[in-house]
Amino acid sequence: MTRALALVLILLVGALFALSLLIGPAGLTPATSLAALVRGEGLAETLVMREIRLPRAILAVLIGAALGLAGAAMQGYLRNPLAEPGLLGVSGAAALGAVIALQTGFAAQVALGLPLAALAGAVLAVALILALAGPRGGALTLILAGIAVSALAGALTALVLNLSSNPFAASEIMFWMMGSLADRSMTHVWLAAPFIGLGGAVLLAQGRAFDALTLGEDSAASLGVNLPRLRLTLVLAIASMVGAATAVAGAVGFVGLVVPHILRPFVGARPSRLLWASALGGAVLVLAADIAVRLVLPDRDLKLGVLTAIVGAPLFLHLVYKTRAQGL
Amino acid sequence: MALRRASKALGAALALWAGAALAGPPERVVSINLCTDQLAMLLAAPGQLLSVSHISHDPNVSVMRDQALGYPVNHGQAEEVFAMAPDLVLAGQFTSSYTVGLLRRLGVEVAQLPIVTSLDQIPDAIRDMGRLLGREDHAEAVAEQFTADLAALRADPDRRPRAALHYANNYTSGDKSLANDILTAAGLANIALEAGLSGGGVLPMERLIMLMPDLIISGEAYPGASRSEAVLTHPALDALRDRHAGRAITDAEWVCGTPTVLRAIARLQGAAP
Amino acid sequence: MTQLVLTDFAVARGPCDVLRDINLTVGAGEFVGLLGPNGAGKTTLMRAALGLMPHRGRSSLSALPIKERARAVAWLPQAREIGWPVSVADLVTLGRLPHLAMGQRPSPQDRAAIDSALSRMGLDAFGNRIATQLSGGEQARVLIARALAQDTPLLMADEPAAGLDPAHQIGLMETLAAEAGRGRCVIASLHDLGLAARYCTRLVVLAQGGIAADGPPSKVLTPELLARVFHIRALVQQTQDGPLFQPIGVV
Repeated sequence: MTRALALVLILLVGALFALSLLIGPAGLTPATSLAALVRGEGLAETLVMREIRLPRAILAVLIGAALGLAGAAMQGYLRNPLAEPGLLGVSGAAALGAVIALQTGFAAQVALGLPLAALAGAVLAVALILALAGPRGGALTLILAGIAVSALAGALTALVLNLSSNPFAASEIMFWMMGSLADRSMTHVWLAAPFIGLGGAVLLAQGRAFDALTLGEDSAASLGVNLPRLRLTLVLAIASMVGAATAVAGAVGFVGLVVPHILRPFVGARPSRLLWASALGGAVLVLAADIAVRLVLPDRDLKLGVLTAIVGAPLFLHLVYKTRAQGL
Repeated sequence: MALRRASKALGAALALWAGAALAGPPERVVSINLCTDQLAMLLAAPGQLLSVSHISHDPNVSVMRDQALGYPVNHGQAEEVFAMAPDLVLAGQFTSSYTVGLLRRLGVEVAQLPIVTSLDQIPDAIRDMGRLLGREDHAEAVAEQFTADLAALRADPDRRPRAALHYANNYTSGDKSLANDILTAAGLANIALEAGLSGGGVLPMERLIMLMPDLIISGEAYPGASRSEAVLTHPALDALRDRHAGRAITDAEWVCGTPTVLRAIARLQGAAP
Repeated sequence: MTQLVLTDFAVARGPCDVLRDINLTVGAGEFVGLLGPNGAGKTTLMRAALGLMPHRGRSSLSALPIKERARAVAWLPQAREIGWPVSVADLVTLGRLPHLAMGQRPSPQDRAAIDSALSRMGLDAFGNRIATQLSGGEQARVLIARALAQDTPLLMADEPAAGLDPAHQIGLMETLAAEAGRGRCVIASLHDLGLAARYCTRLVVLAQGGIAADGPPSKVLTPELLARVFHIRALVQQTQDGPLFQPIGVV
């Protein structure tokens, strides 16, 4: 069952990745695209494939995997299917960090300054959320804390952008709140990849701890899980992934909610298996969404978060209803 | 087309207004638009112009910043403008209609000047401004000088290098734009026309690259950072500039239909491959 | 062989000590019933002894490194938490985590321990059922099976019999007694003094922050102690089925 799921997800990632490389206003044929991408045939074609489409597809995979994995990890730790970096304000806080770094010039002066600043914002938010939610992670506390963190981060982001000396910056609040992969470059891949890779590796290694947490914190601790260390690890790893993803693509919501929810039945609800499945599933979702924004409105920069929210928000409402029915 | 008709209608209205103002040239003129600032500074008699817009102090867009620094600025708000007791306010075609309406209700004469979208409109724009300020003779001299300078500068080569105008957010200018006219006068061809763009519009970076321009004329980045301007230095364009295309920037000289566009044309002829 | 040693053990909550001067040694083969009225500190004693909350004095368990402790003691908290709709087999397999190296899959030996735990709790046919869809009593048994599968020398359980029907209460107590009979050590907090009297080899009674009595059931459950600690009168009789304990009234 899980092997079949892994195979299907990997094939989907591969197929959508290829499709993402083939879609674009330049109207290249698949053969030309391949020749340009692999062998570098034709200056213009090669630039389009290697410098515009390839980074976009790679970023979709990286960011989708980061958000899916971060969502599965937050849900696993809090034992709450409503936990998600976007909804809980982690992405928003990361966006705030990124915007501050860009507008103060920190991002331009310090290597990796942009993702580091976003990471710092995300760390604050994750730590705050975990502290407020407490050991049991009650749904209500969690969501209220998320609303407060999101609202504050959003307002401060708007403030920083409005104070910017750059006339374009103020109009970019939409990008930071909804996310987009349009016209990103390999530079952004190199900015985000190390943080997402490191955070992902650390989170995937915690599978057993998440499994043990199915029984609650006390039982998990008695099964050999070092909870304080796990908490610290989680804060840093989740913040690193969400921070890097948000720094280059803006805040894309609901990926971490939708993907674990859909995949949970296929992995027998085991949190450890849900981690890698959600990483792959997140990549599938963001690749598909990024293909869709280019097909639906090819001439406009339709924001990724618009599509993920259209899919995710009804599901979220459904989960709220279910959670209420269970009296949590 | 609609724009051209509108500008004709506006011109007629302007002429009517000028004819009606028989009381002699205005003595207290306030300009609240960057382009009217420049024409007014060029043509006004000493002491006639009281204030220019704050944008004319912005080095990124204001080509006459040094002169503008000699004038007090306004922020285009009805209240502060009214307090200056002007007998003529110069505004742009797209100045906030609320501000213009409010000033007119307060009894202030407001002249709205159309946007200049071609080099040919510039002499008329100069003459219109001259009429408004009661400086017809000076304006006529400036307009004739401009026409002569442009004719001397205008290039018409057999082979026109193809240039791409690339602004923030991948915006570009097609035909019926001042920027397109500047390109043409400098002896270049605008690739936006090959892409079928009329007026302004977005030219996706992929298509820009596939068109392989010989020259990329980029918008100038403002201070601070923005994602909109990040495309100006995208690695794909940097690579294209390194390996194929020449580079140039569009700056304050390109913004308004005044004689300074001649400097833009001359500079572009120097940069053309 | 001793499984738990508490020396001058004390637990504070805020400025007040809820437990103090606790000295307790529990050895292999013992089935210790931890008794006491509500709020006497039964749960606190076990959690603190495990090192799950801060304490003063020494506990042989909390002194162990966290991984080693997981192989020394299995802990069954009172809150029956099953966070996700996982299968019964997967849930019970969690008990084997302390025995698996990083990335190691359960061995046939682990499988045997899991099957044996399921079978001891009467859950042979439940392996593929979804744990969260079971009844409360069934979930309780699944969680006990998880603790049994951990296969540690010491098993500590907080109110394991609560919420079980009479047959399963008796079945549970017989299972725990059998574990002790096989040389393991079991410490369970219990409210049902009758079950405690019949199955435990030793009773430890907590009251007013200390150990009020400690010894075999027949020595501990005296009318004097029942009145002083539990404020009840009870009928205690030795029958051919073992000691019979029946509360009769409140003092």
